[in-house]
Amino acid sequence: MPISDERQTPSQRPPPLLEFKDVNTYYGELHVLKGVDCSVGEGEIVCLLGGNACGKSTTMKTILGIVKPKSGEVAYAGARINELPTAERVKRGIAPVPEARRLFPRMTVLENLEMGAFTRDDTAEIEIDKERVFALFPRIKERLKQQAGTLSGGEQQMVAIGRALMARPKLLCMDEPSMGLSPAFVEQVFDIIQAINRQGTSIFMVEQNANMALSIASFGYVLQTGQVVLHGSAQSLRDNEMVQQAYLGRMKA
Amino acid sequence: MSHWDVLLQQVINGVSLGAMYALLALGFTMVYGIIELINFAHFNVFMVGSFIAMWTLEAMGFAGQSHVLYGLPLIGILLAAFAVTMLGSGILGVAIERLALRPLRGVPGTAPMITTIGMSYILYNIVLLGAGADSKNYTNPMPKTAWEFGGVTLRLREVLLWTVALLLMLALNYFVRRTKMGKAMQAMAQDQEAARMVGIDVDRVVIITFFLGSALAGAAGLIFGLYYNYTSYLIGYTAGLRAFTAAVLGGIGNIPGAMLGGIMIGLIESLGGQYIAVRWTDIIIFSLLVLVLVFRPTGLLGRAAPTKS
Repeated sequence: MPISDERQTPSQRPPPLLEFKDVNTYYGELHVLKGVDCSVGEGEIVCLLGGNACGKSTTMKTILGIVKPKSGEVAYAGARINELPTAERVKRGIAPVPEARRLFPRMTVLENLEMGAFTRDDTAEIEIDKERVFALFPRIKERLKQQAGTLSGGEQQMVAIGRALMARPKLLCMDEPSMGLSPAFVEQVFDIIQAINRQGTSIFMVEQNANMALSIASFGYVLQTGQVVLHGSAQSLRDNEMVQQAYLGRMKA
Repeated sequence: MSHWDVLLQQVINGVSLGAMYALLALGFTMVYGIIELINFAHFNVFMVGSFIAMWTLEAMGFAGQSHVLYGLPLIGILLAAFAVTMLGSGILGVAIERLALRPLRGVPGTAPMITTIGMSYILYNIVLLGAGADSKNYTNPMPKTAWEFGGVTLRLREVLLWTVALLLMLALNYFVRRTKMGKAMQAMAQDQEAARMVGIDVDRVVIITFFLGSALAGAAGLIFGLYYNYTSYLIGYTAGLRAFTAAVLGGIGNIPGAMLGGIMIGLIESLGGQYIAVRWTDIIIFSLLVLVLVFRPTGLLGRAAPTKS
């Protein structure tokens, strides 16, 4: 039975850019997402917390159209997108920063960034976005000619975020942005996520590092075995006893 | 003829064969590169290509090898024949992908590969039933012009075939490295899911890859006919298997590797035939393949599978 959070007041949230309504997905016989309702409002940072195999990655794949829901509705910018292919979703402004970066390893950093703008033809605007990425990540600019596969994990994460920004997305979907990064780098990545958000991009983030995620998010969902068991403002989730025990590593005093 | 002349002559022959194998190997390597499928239908797309080319030349009023052209008319006719053949073979390749392979996309295991073997047999039998089992005397407007350098003969037709093969490989190289669709192909070869996530329409890239690979196989089919002056429903097997070996030798999935492998197989065939014996050619080729796979499993220019970091 989902636990509702009393302090959450949906009316205070901005209008939704992305919305899941009673979404059910299956892998063959396996029921993965069970009636998931969640949304990302315009300009929000929303994080999805949960342990292993709770359906976080499936949620991400459902947003991107790699997994199609069996029932329910996925709506984006006011339109139902359940059946839309991934390429079309990217064109409409949903850009993923996939788990484990997934750069094109034998392309240069510059080529990787250019692949991010694959769906666009506005050459002049693409150049502007390239400069915007360099401004966010000065390190990238120093390594444009280097093969992406030879970069360190943190640098790869920067390029992966940069590549997603090259699509000029309205919604950036980040799958475990802190995974495999050193603590110093994690902090840097989260600062950058906030900077991107301030420039007007909504952010949906799946994250194991609940502490970090809740510190920058405005709203959060907790997923357990495919169900949303808890949702509320980031502050209310940080104060929630169950979240503290399960994800923030704090025991009851 | 001094033994140097013999060697040089066989190198000329080997490069001609190698250019043909290279064009054919490119189709194997490109398709494998993007969807990790070994497309055995490719053997007989090559064979059908040589028939399309022969019929095209016949339709333009040529028959047998008596009607010979020179200069611009020759180049015009060759261009037309290559264009029609490549278009026809390309469409055949796309049809195979669309009808037989796309429904199996995402099916794990060997089912798609077995399907390509089935498609190969279908093409083989259609040509056998439609055109008959006898070898066809190839329509060939190429003159017998040749130059003698000491004991070495360089024929005009060889120079022309090298030129065509080289231009096609340069064009492919340009396409893959410089165009947006070419970059999409590279991206798909490196990480299919990531390619999908930057908005690449994967089905479209697969279709274009089949079209290009099959068009090159058609060009190789025409070169086969012009080089050997015959074609038959049987030619796909031997040439296809050697070209496939060339692709693996160079590193399957690697475009320069296919070109290098093709030329190597061509040279082994001609030099092996001269210095050892023709009946040993296949043994040498496949022994070399085994050695490469044992000591360098990724092929000569192949890279190890990218590590998932």
